[in-house]
Amino acid sequence: MTAADENIQFHTIAILVNNEPGVLARVIGLFSGRGYNIESLTVAEVKHSENLSRITIVTSGTPMIIEQIKAQLERLVPVHRVSDLTVEGPFVKRELALVKVRGSGENRVESLRIADIFRARVVDSTNSSFVFEIVGDTGKLDAFVNLMAPLGLVDVARTGVAAIARGAAAL
Amino acid sequence: MAIKKLTGAEIFLRVLKDQGVDVVFGYPGGVTLSLYDEIYKQNRLRHVLTRHEQAAVHAAEGYARSTGKPGVVLVTSGPGATNTVTGLADALMDSIPVVCIAGQVPTALIGNDAFQEADTTGITRSCTKHNNLVKDVDHLARVLHEAFYIATHGRPGPVMVDLPKDVINARGVYVGPDKVRIKSYQPRVEGDIGLINRAVKLMAKAKQPIIYAGGGVINAGPAASACLEQLVHATGFPCTLTLMGLGAFPASDKHFLGMLGMHGTYEANLAMHHCDVMLNVGARFDDRVTGKLDGFAPKAKKIHVDIDPSSINKNVLVDIAIVGDAGRVLEDMVKAWKSTQAKAKALKSWWRKIDGWRAKKCLSYGNNGKLVKPQYILQRLQAEIKDRDVYVTTDVGQHQMWTAQYIHFEKPNRLMTSGGLGTMGYGLPAAVGVQIAHPEALVVVVTSEGSLQMNLQELATVDQYRLPIKILVLNNGYMGMVRQWQELFYGKRYSESRYQGEPDFVKLAEAYGIMGLQAERPDQVDGLIKKMLAHDGAVLANLRIDPTENVFPMIAAGASHHEMILGPKEPDLAETGEDVVLA
Ligand SMILES: Cc1ncc(C[n+]2csc(CCOP(=O)(O)OP(=O)(O)O)c2C)c(N)n1
Ligand SMILES: [Mg+2]
Repeated sequence: MTAADENIQFHTIAILVNNEPGVLARVIGLFSGRGYNIESLTVAEVKHSENLSRITIVTSGTPMIIEQIKAQLERLVPVHRVSDLTVEGPFVKRELALVKVRGSGENRVESLRIADIFRARVVDSTNSSFVFEIVGDTGKLDAFVNLMAPLGLVDVARTGVAAIARGAAAL
Repeated sequence: MAIKKLTGAEIFLRVLKDQGVDVVFGYPGGVTLSLYDEIYKQNRLRHVLTRHEQAAVHAAEGYARSTGKPGVVLVTSGPGATNTVTGLADALMDSIPVVCIAGQVPTALIGNDAFQEADTTGITRSCTKHNNLVKDVDHLARVLHEAFYIATHGRPGPVMVDLPKDVINARGVYVGPDKVRIKSYQPRVEGDIGLINRAVKLMAKAKQPIIYAGGGVINAGPAASACLEQLVHATGFPCTLTLMGLGAFPASDKHFLGMLGMHGTYEANLAMHHCDVMLNVGARFDDRVTGKLDGFAPKAKKIHVDIDPSSINKNVLVDIAIVGDAGRVLEDMVKAWKSTQAKAKALKSWWRKIDGWRAKKCLSYGNNGKLVKPQYILQRLQAEIKDRDVYVTTDVGQHQMWTAQYIHFEKPNRLMTSGGLGTMGYGLPAAVGVQIAHPEALVVVVTSEGSLQMNLQELATVDQYRLPIKILVLNNGYMGMVRQWQELFYGKRYSESRYQGEPDFVKLAEAYGIMGLQAERPDQVDGLIKKMLAHDGAVLANLRIDPTENVFPMIAAGASHHEMILGPKEPDLAETGEDVVLA
């Protein structure tokens, strides 16, 4: 570990791109090719009429690297806008997880009780399993998953982070 | 009235016409047959057949760098496309505008491992500025026009367009270049005037300033080089150039300190080390220039002008960053300097220091042995060509650095060399492109036996088009640059750097219908160069040089500018200052 590592920060970056073939590969290739980290990545079309998709990336690095990441993203031809939500003011960050727990008896009851505390919903149930749907920030989801582990956790699917700035301003 | 539809092949030719393209470098194949058929039917567009697709890209680079216009390449699918990868990576690193069109298997077969299928857009994504697969003939004209726009705007670079065979044969609508606008790509060219004024203020207060310029100035067009000259003369500052920048400022000007960096001059590197204000225009603080980063120009306030925001603060943190076209910013700087009546503080003592460093004559070398010194050859060449407008290309290695040190470039667009990628095999095909663009000009390739043999097949292209290229082989029988590092840093263990077994280059030249010349002794050099230059066709001149000669000065990888190694040959250099380590 070098001195620079102490300076690692996490940033949530929103990117507005043309929804065209290869655009995601271009973004991901930039990160892998230049050795940047991807902690989480989500993408979906957000404006069909203008053919725009929004990518949300949570990344980490020194302040110099974060600046580089943004400049490199801006340079990609199909990228319209890059916004560093972490520095641009308060923002809301959400992730959705589907969590499958298998078990019976006491464990089953306990998992339901915890789900209730976390405001997770049951979206599928059998005699021996539940699938919970939970929405929240990454930390909340991590906590929920950890609590489910001893109760029969067998499968987790997470969407990765979607984020948006608070207030009236838009990307 | 129904809109007239054209075939994909006709659209392709129409785009090239409307983009003002008069030559393409290429190599045909199965899926591009219809394009080649269309080329056959007309006389406007010239096609130059190279002997390898990599060479076609280098030729297009040579064409682009010597004209300022984009170079265009046409290749077939699969191996045709994969062969372009090195050329595209080279153009990306050196910011050269190239548009490469590759054929692709029919859309219905894509993904089926069809004959000669390769994932061209996938393979070239990271070695192009942008690329695209065209699936609908109605998009073809737009995508091709966009390719030209992207290749030539902002920081230039290579763009690849992948064209499936069925799209080439289908009929679609043509749109002209004026209809094309890329909403998501609008690079900034005008520099922020407030920042420019701040930069000028800083420069006016400098006691030990330096201007360090690079390939961005050349890419910004000849007017940018003229502005650089004006700025240097208005300020009286010393100026140094990167390898990519050579020619952006006249080598004969007394303000010029020579090239900087790993094999830069003593005066340029020490001036960089000791400067208090540095103006970097169109250069990117490459590691071959900066050496060890925390020892780089430690006392300097740094100003960086670059068209690419991602170049700024990438390697070196700067005090003032100006995003914009080098030419526009330089023009505004000259204006700001003149209008604020800024006067450089008396720079006399700074110049006195610089003159002291210059007096070391770091490029002098011992020249009394029986073996030919490469520096001597280049000095003789320089003497012969100094009054002519010459285009020089090089390959990669020691000969490349000697060319940068001993050939004096007075104008931009005259040196074509692989800077960023360091591609052996670049020189000869690049010269093909240069000579095609400037049929009457003197074009010289300075190379060595290793690099030349990496694209040797292009001698056939030289012959086919009767290109009067002069190829000067500084033959040391080694991968000289590798041998130098092994000598200096690997205990003289010359692992695999010696070429044993080499062709008779004179006979080889003659086999291709080219004049072959040979020299081994210093007293033969002058005659050979004169004969080479006097011949009106192509010449391959093989000169045996001292195989042990090294390139100096040298800053070892990871060292700082003041830790330069000077050559051992000059007795005068023995009493060097505290700053110098002897080899
Ligand atoms: C395609 C490629 N392969 C390997 C290298 C590594 N390399 C850099 S310089 C050099 C030696 C070049 O030898 P030569 O062309 O004979 O030039 P010299 O140094 O002898 O002048 C090599 C192998 C390279 N730059 N390019
Ligand atoms: Mg050699």
